[in-house]
Amino acid sequence: MEKIVIEALYKIYGPHPGEVMGMIQEGRSNEDIMEKTGHGVGVVDASFAVKEGEVLVVMGLSGSGKSTLVRCLNRLIEPTAGRILVNGEDVTRLGRRALRNFRQKHFGMVFQNFALFPHRSVVRNVEYGLEVQGVGTRARREAAMKALEQVGLKGWEASMPDQLSGGMQQRVGLARALALDADIMLMDEAFSALDPLIRRDMQDELIDLQEKVRKTIVFISHDLDEAIKLGDRIVLMKDGRLVQEGTAEEILTNPADDYVARFVEGVDVSKVVTAETVMKKSGVMAYMKTDGPKAALRKMEQAGISSIFVRDEGIVRGIVTARNCRKAADRGEKSLASILDTNIRRVTTDTPASDLFPLLAESTYPIAVVGEDGHLRGVVVSGSLLAKLGEMSQTENGNGTQSES
Amino acid sequence: MMEFPKNIDIPLDVWVDGFMDWVLGTFGGFFDTLGTGILYFLLYTERFFLWMPWPVLVVGVGILGWRVMGSWLAGLGMAGMLFFVGALGLWDLGMMTLSLVVASVVISLAIGIPLGIAMAGSNVFQAVIKPMLDGMQTMPSFVYLIPALMLFGLGKVPALFATIIYAVPPVIRLTNVGIREVSSNVIEAAHAFGSSYWQILFKVQLPLARPTILVGINQTTMMALAMVVIASMIGAKGLGLEVLLAINRVEVGRGFEAGLCIVFMAIIIDRITFSMASKKRA
Repeated sequence: MEKIVIEALYKIYGPHPGEVMGMIQEGRSNEDIMEKTGHGVGVVDASFAVKEGEVLVVMGLSGSGKSTLVRCLNRLIEPTAGRILVNGEDVTRLGRRALRNFRQKHFGMVFQNFALFPHRSVVRNVEYGLEVQGVGTRARREAAMKALEQVGLKGWEASMPDQLSGGMQQRVGLARALALDADIMLMDEAFSALDPLIRRDMQDELIDLQEKVRKTIVFISHDLDEAIKLGDRIVLMKDGRLVQEGTAEEILTNPADDYVARFVEGVDVSKVVTAETVMKKSGVMAYMKTDGPKAALRKMEQAGISSIFVRDEGIVRGIVTARNCRKAADRGEKSLASILDTNIRRVTTDTPASDLFPLLAESTYPIAVVGEDGHLRGVVVSGSLLAKLGEMSQTENGNGTQSES
Repeated sequence: MMEFPKNIDIPLDVWVDGFMDWVLGTFGGFFDTLGTGILYFLLYTERFFLWMPWPVLVVGVGILGWRVMGSWLAGLGMAGMLFFVGALGLWDLGMMTLSLVVASVVISLAIGIPLGIAMAGSNVFQAVIKPMLDGMQTMPSFVYLIPALMLFGLGKVPALFATIIYAVPPVIRLTNVGIREVSSNVIEAAHAFGSSYWQILFKVQLPLARPTILVGINQTTMMALAMVVIASMIGAKGLGLEVLLAINRVEVGRGFEAGLCIVFMAIIIDRITFSMASKKRA
């Protein structure tokens, strides 16, 4: 279900945005417009949707308009044109009071610089949102304590923000947004100000937390690794325009243009690319019930492989090698049972490629890639894995088609 | 050649005189009522301070000094100075001065803090108010003592009026600065959580601006105390009048006594309000 729908959203900074709209339609560059009219272009024709319960990461370099975009969602910045539908309601049409109520009900926000209230204790920071809603002292204190417990800050409620480390301060920021029990969380570079180790911890914790709370999260980031880790889907922005939208894997394997490709370059592809992408699709397998050693051998010869997975009752049971098949055939055996090696590695299609390396190292057999139903989808052998990854890190000139912009 | 041409002569003096005549003619009744109101406020304040038994005030100041400055020695010093005022036989005059200061500070804050808030909220309003504040602080006070006299007649009320004009700018300025200095990130966060204008003002801006505003209150108080001496010239009784009399009669000792009492009261008020300003940010 679509939680947030953004339609043709524009934000132009300056006194006469209407005049600039025409120049944008003509395809003038942002620098050009800035020079000629003094207007800054924030967001241009952004259209996308956020599904209920998903984490959408809006990614781009600084100045790409991503922070402007997220602030347009709750109208901390007034959009120049376009519509923003949240639960089907057009946020851009709300009056002042209705907007305040809407923010209280639907948006929790976490900021890059934490933006805690320095004069309030941790727990009073966390209960702020409920306080402005007019929730009673006891109820809001209870909700605040629960939120603090969720972010692992139990026992710190009486501290002042400046007594806490950066990571802990951002936990307070997170708890402040959680305490509202709003259905949408807007996270503006929430972890960018933290040092890398703490950032990674916070990302992990957000993932854990999201499992439990299932909010719709719009996360702003300039860090592709972060986007890949957190995002169910990623929207890439450049100069206020959406460049590409898709899952991490779609963007990595099929960058829409040079800009995306350059962004993608620094990423460790093996972490993102899954077994499904690097496997050799192979339909060839032996069947426990019907195939004997000779039949298995023949299948291997035809496919040009030296071992073959054996399937029984719909699932991959094990593997037999050509050498063992020959021996069994010589002994006159009719079944594969005696030579079946069940000690094989099975991985699912969404296993990251980086996890495949150790498995390949400790086993001489290929890895079976199976779907959720247990059916074989393909095999990974060390040679093909390396070749595929090598190929991907060189996709500098993205040859993919422009997806959506 | 080097002289400024005589035929360029803006008759500002005539205009101001004309304006004052018009104000007196049109709003005379209003200023009478306002003057009476202020006078009653002032009289009750004065009556309160004169009614209060001196040991209560001395001990009270001692305890307050000890609490806010965190040192019993400082509290003792404060109490000692106040005792000294009484010991010079100037207690009642000192209380009159104090009540004038307190009354003018209370009114200054009631006017100044809302004005400072409005100024922080609007750049246009700030641009209008700022030169007026400069004028209020640099214009020689006698210049507006005269119109004050014309509006309210001789006595305490014009003295209070002149004191407020002189003392109110710091609290306006520092309220403005204090609110403007509140980080825009924090304000943005307050907006993001759906706060209204008043909620942001009272829950975020004023608490965060408080240390700065308290410094403004401290300055306003000190300036009020400085002004009451001059205000005695238009009929406000108190230590200032004592100094004025001493000057007229060339009585050095009498002038010194009264002057010293003013200094002591200034120190007491300054230290206590200043400590409040710097301490509240723990």
